[in-house]
Amino acid sequence: MSQVLEAVPTLDSVEAVQEALAGQKYVADSSLATAIYLSLKLPKPILLEGEAGVGKTEIAKVLSAILQTDLIRLQCYEGLDVSHAVYEWNYPRQMLAIRAAEASADSREAAMGEIFSEEYLIKRPLLQAIEHRGKAPVLLIDEIDRADEEFEAFLLELLSDFQVTVPELGTMVAEYPPIVIITSNRTRELHDALKRRCLYHWIDYPTIEKEYLIIQNKVPGVNDRLAKQIAHFVHDLREVDLYKVPGVAETLDWAAALMAMSQRELSSEVASSTLGAILKHQEDIQSVRKAKLDDLVAAASNGS
Amino acid sequence: MAANPSRQPQHTHVYEPGQKLLQRSLQFGRVLRANGIKVTSSQVMDFVHATQHVGIQDRRIFREAAEACLVTRGEEREMFEIVFNRFWRSKRILDDTDQQPNYADPNAQQVEGMEDAEGGEDGNAEAQMGEGAEGMAIDEDSGDGELSDPDENDQLESVLTYSSSEALRGKDFSEFTQEELEMARILMKKLKWEIGMRRSRRKVASSKGRFIDARRTMRRSLQTAGVPLKISQRKVKMKPRALIVICDISGSMDRYSRLLLQFIHTIENDMARVEAFVFGTRLTRITRVLKKRPIDEAITRVSKEVQDWAGGTRIGESIQQFNHDYARRVLRNGAVVLIISDGWDRGDPQLLGKEMMRLQRSCYRLIWLNPLLGSPRYQPLTRGMQAALPFIDDFMPVHNLESLELLADHLSSIGDTRPVRRQIPLEFLNARMTAT
Repeated sequence: MSQVLEAVPTLDSVEAVQEALAGQKYVADSSLATAIYLSLKLPKPILLEGEAGVGKTEIAKVLSAILQTDLIRLQCYEGLDVSHAVYEWNYPRQMLAIRAAEASADSREAAMGEIFSEEYLIKRPLLQAIEHRGKAPVLLIDEIDRADEEFEAFLLELLSDFQVTVPELGTMVAEYPPIVIITSNRTRELHDALKRRCLYHWIDYPTIEKEYLIIQNKVPGVNDRLAKQIAHFVHDLREVDLYKVPGVAETLDWAAALMAMSQRELSSEVASSTLGAILKHQEDIQSVRKAKLDDLVAAASNGS
Repeated sequence: MAANPSRQPQHTHVYEPGQKLLQRSLQFGRVLRANGIKVTSSQVMDFVHATQHVGIQDRRIFREAAEACLVTRGEEREMFEIVFNRFWRSKRILDDTDQQPNYADPNAQQVEGMEDAEGGEDGNAEAQMGEGAEGMAIDEDSGDGELSDPDENDQLESVLTYSSSEALRGKDFSEFTQEELEMARILMKKLKWEIGMRRSRRKVASSKGRFIDARRTMRRSLQTAGVPLKISQRKVKMKPRALIVICDISGSMDRYSRLLLQFIHTIENDMARVEAFVFGTRLTRITRVLKKRPIDEAITRVSKEVQDWAGGTRIGESIQQFNHDYARRVLRNGAVVLIISDGWDRGDPQLLGKEMMRLQRSCYRLIWLNPLLGSPRYQPLTRGMQAALPFIDDFMPVHNLESLELLADHLSSIGDTRPVRRQIPLEFLNARMTAT
């Protein structure tokens, strides 16, 4: 851990972290920068929760770029098990090796011992993170809420010791404990035991000013006035009673869509026809189109 | 008595249980079993041995010993306490004539509670115990070594087991007396709450599975020189579905809501994943509060936490709130939703219809429990009920214990196949509703 901090000596204060993030075009408020700073210092995994599309996954990418280290990503899903998260033996190869040993009249015993060596091991993300050489990698465990409780329980063990046991090979301990970032969309509650082991940070929707900065950073060549209007419009839209409130990712999509349609200013017609970039439910699109679209556009134009 | 210093050596001596204590202990085990606490014979034997060590003088220690020996699951503690207090309730609990208070007999030295009654006066011991003493009294009245009052004990057993509870089962909850409520609570605990399973994405080793377990097959093939003579298999792991209970606690449901909360508490103890919500005019999540034991405390906490206890009803708004704030978090993996309400709604029925449609689409099974449905003359004619009905998979009564048994049956039979649902356009329904 300390080696990482030496390698990137600029991250020795909250401000430094915030600056480094800004350098990677990630607009972070100081509470997020503090959480990241602490997770590097303590060191402790950081658990990021927030609605979909507020930039949780992005943080891991940005952090690995700042620290100039590898990003190892584990996408979670229900039924994710050890053979997909940690390691698996390469069965086809093992079988071929046995056949080959038979054909070449090699000592069969030797072949048997060999097929459970590292050569036949397929390393999955968690084992890769533990075996990583040279520098602590950033390990992103994405959307942990999609995995089931069994996997969560397994993760507890890994996060406390950073070691993995392969029965045939023995225990492997991480030389450089990875920097762990766990994200959750909160489609279910995580177990308290997991939360206890992590630093927790809730990423909220950005303010108008922050979202404007994000649009400017992320959508090159966007008209300044349009960026302000988009930020204002989306902010107001989030107040409307919707099934799925648009995230920052949708805002950026929409900004790019408006750019592609060479808009310099927000208008009701174009907003209506591109609404599919920010709203993903038929009911939401209908209710916004029917009742509020003109008001929202007008408010956005006046407010910025 | 707790301060009695002469009791100290009792833990080191061994107290031979008399025939009476043995019989009573075995009977206690039976009564516990009849009340749904899983007690094995060896546990009862442990308990009998334990009584030799702790004696029967200090009621508290005796109870703790019994609990340590006989209770293995946290959920059973509450039930254990009820049964214990009723079973060992009288001051004349033990008739143990084998055990005369005789200091010459080393075995008797531990009967500390009796030391003042050295003369062997029958009434003495009883009087001593009678003053709310903590000790378990030893009845000396009857010298024949039989149960002091067999009738009373039989009665006790039947009261506790409710074998003759047919009348109670069919009685409407709203007509329950305080005592019957207590009985209903025990009966509810005895119901077996299980919920149907769903196929998970996980696989477990099984000789009957449909999938090849490559790792095991490979390992086993090493025993046969690398030839996989036996193929190991895996099968899909089944997991219980999540259950979400949304209970109406508005004024019109007042007669039922306390008992229904008790019911939620009971199933919460039985099933792994239960989420509970209550609503009147707005929705409150009570899952964590209900995890508190004992139940009365939990219900008091809930009523404190929920502002609109026995107020008006806005079912539509409450379901909308559920859809917005919680549906994504709790309705995972084929959850079963139970709505408990009489359908008296003061809100907008169109909103209720719309939200019910959404809720039905996002859960595996939507069950509406209506206490009024128990009455044979009831027709779901209220506007709220009319709006909700098209989106309900199962419409069931919940007015007496029998209907709860029915529900328990139904929940455990929810299988792998969805109920047939007809897609009805909402506009059509709204038009029909305004027409009527």
